Amino acid sequence: MIELEGLTKRYGEKVAVNNLTFAVRPGIVTGFLGPNGAGKSTTMRMILGLDRPTAGDVRIDGTHYDRLKDPLTSIGALLEAKGVHPGRSAYHHLLCLAQSNGIPARRVHEVLDTVGLSAVARKKAKGFSLGMGQRLGIAAALLGDPRILMFDEPVNGLDPEGIHWIRTLMKSLAAQGRTVFVSSHLMSEMALTADHLVVIGQGRLLADTSMAEFIQRNSRSYVRVRSPERERLLDVLHGAGITAVENGNGTLEVDGSKAEHIGELAARHQLVLHELSPQQASLEEAFMRLTAESVEYHAHSDTPASAERWGDGWKEGRA
Amino acid sequence: MIEAVGLTKRYGDKTAVYNLSFQVRPGAVTGFLGPNGSGKSTTMRMILGLDNPTAGHVTIGGYPYRRLPNAPRQVGALLDAKAVHGGRSARNHLLSLAQLSGIPARRVDEVLGVVGLHDVARRRSKGFSLGMGQRLGIAAALLGDPQVLLFDEPVNGLDPEGILWVRNLMKALAAEGRTVFVSSHLMSEMALTADHLIVIGRGQLLADMSITDFISANSADFARVRTPDTEPQQREKLSSALTEAGGHVLPEQDGALRVTGLPLPRISDIAHDADVRLWELSPHQASLEEAYMRMTQGAVDYRSTDDQKAGLQQPLPPGAQPPMPVPGQGQPGWYAPPPPQPGGQPFAPPQGAPVPPPAGPYGAPGVPGAAPGVPAPNPYAQPAPQAPQGPAPVAPPPAAPPSAPSSADLTKPEDAR
Amino acid sequence: MTAAQVVRSEWTKIRSVASTVWTLSLAVVVTIALGMLIAALSRSEFDSMSSRDRLAFDPTFISFAGMSLGQLAMIVFGVLVVSNEYSTGMIRASLAAVPQRGTFLFSKLAVATALALVVSLATSFAAFFLGQAMLGEHRASIGDDGVLRAVIGGGLYMTLIALFSMGVAAMLRSPMLSLGILMPFFFLISNILGNVDATKKIGRFLPDQAGSKIMQVVPPLDDDTPYGPWGGLGIMALWVVAALIGGHVLLKRRDAQ
Repeated sequence: MIELEGLTKRYGEKVAVNNLTFAVRPGIVTGFLGPNGAGKSTTMRMILGLDRPTAGDVRIDGTHYDRLKDPLTSIGALLEAKGVHPGRSAYHHLLCLAQSNGIPARRVHEVLDTVGLSAVARKKAKGFSLGMGQRLGIAAALLGDPRILMFDEPVNGLDPEGIHWIRTLMKSLAAQGRTVFVSSHLMSEMALTADHLVVIGQGRLLADTSMAEFIQRNSRSYVRVRSPERERLLDVLHGAGITAVENGNGTLEVDGSKAEHIGELAARHQLVLHELSPQQASLEEAFMRLTAESVEYHAHSDTPASAERWGDGWKEGRA
Repeated sequence: MIEAVGLTKRYGDKTAVYNLSFQVRPGAVTGFLGPNGSGKSTTMRMILGLDNPTAGHVTIGGYPYRRLPNAPRQVGALLDAKAVHGGRSARNHLLSLAQLSGIPARRVDEVLGVVGLHDVARRRSKGFSLGMGQRLGIAAALLGDPQVLLFDEPVNGLDPEGILWVRNLMKALAAEGRTVFVSSHLMSEMALTADHLIVIGRGQLLADMSITDFISANSADFARVRTPDTEPQQREKLSSALTEAGGHVLPEQDGALRVTGLPLPRISDIAHDADVRLWELSPHQASLEEAYMRMTQGAVDYRSTDDQKAGLQQPLPPGAQPPMPVPGQGQPGWYAPPPPQPGGQPFAPPQGAPVPPPAGPYGAPGVPGAAPGVPAPNPYAQPAPQAPQGPAPVAPPPAAPPSAPSSADLTKPEDAR
Repeated sequence: MTAAQVVRSEWTKIRSVASTVWTLSLAVVVTIALGMLIAALSRSEFDSMSSRDRLAFDPTFISFAGMSLGQLAMIVFGVLVVSNEYSTGMIRASLAAVPQRGTFLFSKLAVATALALVVSLATSFAAFFLGQAMLGEHRASIGDDGVLRAVIGGGLYMTLIALFSMGVAAMLRSPMLSLGILMPFFFLISNILGNVDATKKIGRFLPDQAGSKIMQVVPPLDDDTPYGPWGGLGIMALWVVAALIGGHVLLKRRDAQ
């Protein structure tokens, strides 16, 4: 369990993290979302005691980070950057971390095996690709067999098999009752991995809810219904006071009513349904709606038109 | 239009790309997929004339890249986002590129605006984040207003807003009739962006088809069926009725049924005949990721043939995988790919693999099967969910615990660049 | 966590990178080789020296002449040991593993200093004996008055140079910046200040000039240095302590990079 209380970080005038209070619970994967510059990395660094909070408090299982005895056995973290001496081998990198926390050397071999780096364990990290560096970082996080794991952008540089693997790994760690806290920019990936979400924007907490609730609250959900007896279906729905919108290709969209309710209704009226599917927006849509105002580096939206707009002038000039 | 004919590249003994022929057509976003080391980057580099093919050729608009008249105005590429002099400002970087190909300075400010870097245009790019570097690379690709665009992993380092923007940008560029060729490892992202796919594995063409065809060809569609939670016997009844009718039924975590092999109206009729009420009956298509994994597993893995025992196992019927825990279900793409099965899976170790040592003091407490003294697999190497103990155990549980993907392949960098 | 664990970890770190080997061996080779060369040259020039110069002839000190260059390799060693953590980003993993920053820094310094001390003492003795061998009949003996002190002092001097560099690197973090300041400081500024009359009195309180006093056995004729050999080494040690305190305070106060 990671608990943040009123956590605040200021760099001079700029407030990077503003009065964050939330808890990351064990047994589930908690996603940590926010636009660039929202303060995610700063928050993670403060959790690890790397940055000092201007105000507020972080506790790891009730203890301050710097009071942890052998911290790697309590919390393991993969931070964004590579952070490996290029001239040191993967094995020695992990070994020196293990020794500082009294972890036996054979555990180093175990984690190298787990992340699939055994074959290159003695090679210098210099030649590692982004994906291999990522695996090494994951190995370091697992080293102390910690109850709490934190991953910052874990799928960076991994190929589809690697992405699948890390996703499955995080879920199984959570299923073992561990606390898993993961940040990512990939909404579609997050939707597959996380059970719970913590969303921040401009350093402030925007949401701390379950995935399903988050999507439900921040987007439209409806039920799509299809039936060979469309007219009768419309009548039945109408009779029950439910409004349905026709969608053109013979399907109806029903807002504000649950699928099971419509199913029961159809059964009662002996109506044949060919489809009865609850539809939800994607996590991405929900996220965009929530964070719309707190984004740095806005790209122009008028890209498509730009070609003509600027192109003609100078092309003519050159002709 | 990009056209490759018999494209081959050998580095000494190693064949990186072999006899690759494909066309990337204008007006569509074409995704370029393949496992690590499959030759994607080499192919991209050959398209851009950075590497010479050993045999065959690749042309852009009919010309090899190096003979293109004013190439920067016809082709834009994002290859390595960080290929910028750290001490130079974003604007000067683009300006130097623009001057090389006779593009006016005005255009530099335009593309900086397009990618959203106008505020930091005069800052040295050393302080740029990966995402900002990526935007700068995209700006450089757009600079000459080219008809052909190549992007290698364009969303690397971008935040959700940036990812959405890049996706829309690529779609818009294609809608303007340009040729857009994108490589990516993010299947879920590709599924949202690309219209057409070119998939290579071990340097050879595996697929060249539209994304919908690709998913249909490489995975089974299925229906999700839910019966009233209050009456579990209804679920049993429907489950056996559907099985009788020739469908494959698998229970899902939340109590729903996953049905393959029967069309939706048929399921509806069967439910009606069995007098079972339905609370949900929704069509689902497997994810691009799943389709991709199935297609490439052979290409990734048929080199490791030491998995002899796999022949003794009954292959699973198509589409009949043990279900995964399903978070955020109900959204498009919620479907998680199947856990590895015996037989040539990319992330299954050989069956004869030595059993790892006992978990020891660092073994995970509470891992099933990690009894003291009993050799237990590494707790982390066991990400597969338990096989369902549902009413209809159709599928045998996976025989081998998956460990890291294709550990045999890791001697090779993930990005063979 | 115990300091012993951290020391072990730091020993693994230092032995698993190539820069340790090449910086230290460069220090050894340069110091000894240059010392031998200059000793050989002095021997051949002894006969043409003035009697004044002959009186001030210090065979022990001459055999340490290579240290002026060899210490640069020691500086590189000291700087890299500390600043590598920052330049590679390893510092985050290190401080996450050892949040007690004082323990972290001093374990690192202890390991690197111990290694530097062993290498420096060996270098110093080797430079002395090989240098004396080159000097022929003008040689000094290890049993002569003050010679053993000078030879051991030479080892201590090189060790302190490395330790000083580590302190500076802990303050500055960047290897380029640290080297960019330390190299010219020891190679140019100290020499210039020490050789211009107006600044001579200041120059001799710089760490290298004060510290190198311990390697002298025969003092220069018009020597008015206000400190003795051990006093000089003490002044150098004060510099080192100041650098280390600065490094420690900044490390504790700053956010990890």
